[in-house]
Amino acid sequence: MLQYAAIAMLMLGLYGLLTQRNIIKIIVSINILEIGLNLFIVSVGYVEGGIAPILTSDFNNNGLVFVDPLPSALVLTAIVIGVGTTALGLALAKNIYQKYGTFEIDEMGEE
Amino acid sequence: MKNFLAFIAVLVLGYMIVVSLDNNEAFPAYGEADVSSRVSQAFIDRTVTEDPGDIIFGQATNLESGPANIVTAIVADYRSFDTLGEVTVLFVSSLGVALLLGGKKQKRLELNFHPNFMLRVGSRALFGIILMTGVYIAIHGHLTPGGGFPGGAMIASSMLLLYLADDEFRAKIKGFKMLESFAGTAYVLIGLTGLLLGGYFLENLLDNGVIGDLFSAGIIPIVYVLIGLKVGSEISGIIDNFLTEEGV
Repeated sequence: MLQYAAIAMLMLGLYGLLTQRNIIKIIVSINILEIGLNLFIVSVGYVEGGIAPILTSDFNNNGLVFVDPLPSALVLTAIVIGVGTTALGLALAKNIYQKYGTFEIDEMGEE
Repeated sequence: MKNFLAFIAVLVLGYMIVVSLDNNEAFPAYGEADVSSRVSQAFIDRTVTEDPGDIIFGQATNLESGPANIVTAIVADYRSFDTLGEVTVLFVSSLGVALLLGGKKQKRLELNFHPNFMLRVGSRALFGIILMTGVYIAIHGHLTPGGGFPGGAMIASSMLLLYLADDEFRAKIKGFKMLESFAGTAYVLIGLTGLLLGGYFLENLLDNGVIGDLFSAGIIPIVYVLIGLKVGSEISGIIDNFLTEEGV
């Protein structure tokens, strides 16, 4: 069920990306899309009743039922890339605001 | 009208994704994934190159990958080269932010409020605790949830606290740049040492030790602490770029 919720979130981000004309809102849409995708990837590896893929003194051998660790590792990568792109996007937005005084794409005139 | 068209397009695309996933053999229902039939099982059992038998926490030695945290074993050992690329992407992004926002003379962005004495002193007391938690998480990345990336983000969040709670504070950003270059260079050098002595880039040359000890898993804690320092200094640099502006 969570997988379909993640797809809905992904589509919500895409909708925002298609309709919004404000730079900050576009960046937020990209982030929502990204979080939906991350949730989807993690949910693919979920096992009912599985434990976190970490050996501890309570769960101390590799025969137990673990949640799939590979999607978690891939999402860790994706989150970091997301932080990088968001920072770069916000830096561009700050420069645009300094030049035009607005975040709305439609209001940016010729100057 | 435009919004309606976008809504229709998104709806059609979402419907197509759901239909293609529904009743697909390669796509398991939620909670019914079969890990034992996937490649992940080899990572859990550490059987990618050899079969070590059962792995018992606190007893197993000389595994091909030592961390008790299996996600760390994938991120910092099996796929360590991938992580090197990931750290490079973050470096390029912080470089881009510095190019876009950095000027020659920089001063602090003026805040709308002036923090009082209590806020400044209290945030400095909290700063140490948050910083130490971040370092702890980075050092214990091979044993507990967390690791270099969350630890580094936490180190950067402690810097953000100081920036927000004091309108005259500026970190010594040159020190961060030095730390970042040192950590990145050390990561590559460790990889090249493995290439020269062991035959593979980022080969784990040190003894893996007993699984679950703090000093175990060979080079992985070292690499993860370096990643933590690099991520922390990079994000701190990004924060500094956003909270300063050109001027004297």
